[in-house]
Amino acid sequence: MSDLDRLERFLRTDPQDVGCDEAMAVLHVYVDLVVGDGDAAGRYPGVAAHLEACGPCGEDFTGLLAAVTGS
Amino acid sequence: MTAKDLDEESSAWLNRLGAAGAERRAAERELHARLVRIALAEVRRRSGSTTVTGQELHDLAHQAADDAMLAILAKLAGFRGESRFITWAYRFVILEVSAKLGRHYWRHPPVALDAGQWERLPDRFGIDPVRHAEAEGVLAEVRRVVEEELTAHQRRIFVAVVVDQVPRDALVAELGLGKNAIYKVIFDARRKIRRALVAKGYLEEPGRSGDE
Repeated sequence: MSDLDRLERFLRTDPQDVGCDEAMAVLHVYVDLVVGDGDAAGRYPGVAAHLEACGPCGEDFTGLLAAVTGS
Repeated sequence: MTAKDLDEESSAWLNRLGAAGAERRAAERELHARLVRIALAEVRRRSGSTTVTGQELHDLAHQAADDAMLAILAKLAGFRGESRFITWAYRFVILEVSAKLGRHYWRHPPVALDAGQWERLPDRFGIDPVRHAEAEGVLAEVRRVVEEELTAHQRRIFVAVVVDQVPRDALVAELGLGKNAIYKVIFDARRKIRRALVAKGYLEEPGRSGDE
């Protein structure tokens, strides 16, 4: 990995990214799809893009996933 | 969505929470106990990234569970069965924990708002200006874009979130902005900085590296 890879990844934006509000509004639906192997990213590509890029929303996703799976 | 469309567990929760008297109270106690358990687990999971510790963290978890419980009961009629009931309910407590940790950040802030610790930016991105010849130019260009191409409002948010690493929820609490408004500022800044770094030849053109 070059020195600039982390910066390059941070600067990369996805036009499908739906933003925090829309992602959080369907977070429970998304998590149930993940748990149920329901192709969450395929059904909600904009949410998947957002959770990949937004650290705080990614934390909320991880927390909810842990809560429902008991992990 | 009718009761028959719901999974058995979700349907049972709705029936019990919609009942009268002792049955409803028992369901509320059970749900609240679950929310407390989830909130405590969540603050433990996040304990490495917050300055809140000990009894304060424990209390925060209980407050998050209490507030989530109130929100769930107030919005129960709005549950549309798009997910399992318990996933929908746990979302409230996870988001409450996030918001409360953000508000508590300012009780013991490791860095002041507007500190502007630009000297720490290389560390943020794992860049060693000594080892990487062009890093100095890259970092200077990032700072130039932030200082010259962003508005004062955008610059304040970018510096807080990216340079000083103030948690987004702490900034939401301090500045009274929405999460999305903060994310949009950072999103737009990322695009501007990337465009500038491409123009200077530091990064590849969009499309060649998988970007938009």
